[in-house]
Amino acid sequence: MSDPTRADTVIEARGLLKLYGATRAVDSIDLSIRRGEIFGLLGPNGAGKTTTILMMLGLTETSGGSVDVLGFDPVRQPLEVKRRVGYLPDAVGFYDHLTARENLLYTARLLSIPRRETDARIMEAMRSVQLADVVDKRVSTFSRGMRQRLGIAEIVMKRAEVAILDEPTSGLDPHATFELLEMIRGLKKAGVAVLISSHLLDRVQSVCDRVALFNRGKIALMGTVVELANKVLGAGHPILVEASGVDVPAALRGLEGLQQVVPEGVGAWKVMADREIRATVAKRIVAAGGSLTRLAELQPSLEEVYTRYFEEARRAA
Amino acid sequence: MPRNQGSREGSPFTGLGPVFLKELSDHLSSTRMMVLTLFVIVFGALPVGFTLQEIRTVTASDQFLFLRIFTVEPERMPLSFVVALNFMIPLMAIGLGFDSVNSEFNRRTLSRVLSQPLYRDALLLGKFLGGLATLAVALMALFLIVFGAGLLLLGLPPRGPEVARGIAFLLVAIAYGGVWLAVAMLFSVIFRSTATSALCALGLWLFFFILWPMIASAITTGFTPAQFRSVDEVLTLEQFSSALARLSPGTLFGEAVLGLLNPETKAFGYFANLVMAQTRGMIPGTPLPLDQSLLLIWPQITGLIAGMIVLFAIAYIVFQREEVRA
Repeated sequence: MSDPTRADTVIEARGLLKLYGATRAVDSIDLSIRRGEIFGLLGPNGAGKTTTILMMLGLTETSGGSVDVLGFDPVRQPLEVKRRVGYLPDAVGFYDHLTARENLLYTARLLSIPRRETDARIMEAMRSVQLADVVDKRVSTFSRGMRQRLGIAEIVMKRAEVAILDEPTSGLDPHATFELLEMIRGLKKAGVAVLISSHLLDRVQSVCDRVALFNRGKIALMGTVVELANKVLGAGHPILVEASGVDVPAALRGLEGLQQVVPEGVGAWKVMADREIRATVAKRIVAAGGSLTRLAELQPSLEEVYTRYFEEARRAA
Repeated sequence: MPRNQGSREGSPFTGLGPVFLKELSDHLSSTRMMVLTLFVIVFGALPVGFTLQEIRTVTASDQFLFLRIFTVEPERMPLSFVVALNFMIPLMAIGLGFDSVNSEFNRRTLSRVLSQPLYRDALLLGKFLGGLATLAVALMALFLIVFGAGLLLLGLPPRGPEVARGIAFLLVAIAYGGVWLAVAMLFSVIFRSTATSALCALGLWLFFFILWPMIASAITTGFTPAQFRSVDEVLTLEQFSSALARLSPGTLFGEAVLGLLNPETKAFGYFANLVMAQTRGMIPGTPLPLDQSLLLIWPQITGLIAGMIVLFAIAYIVFQREEVRA
């Protein structure tokens, strides 16, 4: 974990701790994020996601442990970190009385981007988030989705190596969410490591390479979505069967590797097995005289992992 | 920030320039600034206009006729230009500073700006200097308008010492504005709500202008003996009462301006002036040279600047400890 020669690690946190009085807002977390991946920090509100992010940026003091961002210590070298990391805060704000261009111009000055490059970089960034045609409109006329995209444009203009996005999709309609997630994928394609914090699981799941589930300041689970599903829901091959003219549970009884058959509405069942059994399932149903209309492998949903995990955590508590 | 975890790297002034320029351009183009300027011009122009009309009819020779524009109380209006400024400058400064930090917070721009490579030091200092520069521009404009009106209507150019005293007056006025700007910014750091911060700053302003003189005189009355036994006793009491009054920045500004624009001022307070005249053989009514006047008001100037720095330092400490998140 702590091998410094691993050049592809962009953020490395070890035993990171934040106390507010006696409350452990962030409780000794270990985390490492690699170059070019999209990493999701997921968990309910108040689980410590934003605090973790602020400590990575040096915007709040750490109470213990250490963070390393691109080889810099955010506590002692916040300027170096902030020069290289783009941050889109939760419900980002811009100066309403200024235009999008003027807002980015201010950021460009703060970043000391050379003046002759500024214009080109602003336009390039605005084009990448499809806002080029409103660059000279006041931000007060922007919708929430447009503001979030302007925030992404700021990160693009900054040419950040790491982008940290705090709840980027909250409050957006499905279409705006889809567009924003596309832009986040675009960041990844440009070689930027992306850290997303969110409590909206299903939307974020689709873009994340790896996720960490936060619970009360601790990382409860970490890994790819499939890994987490195997860990929490049990390793297995859930499939969805839709058929008519047959009693599916009866037809499948005694099948090797079968674990469970659960009804999923009219004429549909969820079949759990510890191995790939789709071919045999099809044979059995057809042999029993039923007509098979659908046989699909179910992707594990993060929502399910999450709900199940916290249910179990609550039951254990 | 964290003093216990080793020193931080990079200059605290990184990003100061852009913040300063943005604040300045925001202020100068804002409607609020226009309203404030209009307010000040109306309040400043009226006494100046009346005074000029009265001075034109005066034929007696006066070495410092030009400076009288600022200080003479016109018959038709119980308010001289400097007295008007004494309470207008705080209002302007409060108007510029009461929402400087908390509005960034409420607009949710603070965390985005602070995630750029700059320290909070630069943000706060840039905002303060931007406000101060705006005040300086407005006061300079007002000052030039009054000077120009004086030139036109009196038909008499100011003499060198008068110009020098005028410029010193302008600098003192900016320092006085700085004190109230620091007050307003302190409240804008402490309170998340802009309305609360404006209310507190205005409340403090009213306190110093209306209540404090009464409280100070009440305290002084409490110390007044039934009968004075010596001149020293009278003087001590007067000094005590001045010291109380000087806790208000308005008094410091008033005295500094009096010393600058009324060159005849040799001490502050009625008895102090009398004693000065008798013990040092100074003739009342004769002017002091500029350097002596400056020496006289040096404590007042120092007091204003020190007050500004102390208030800014407090705002700075509070701001450093504040959490960025909502």
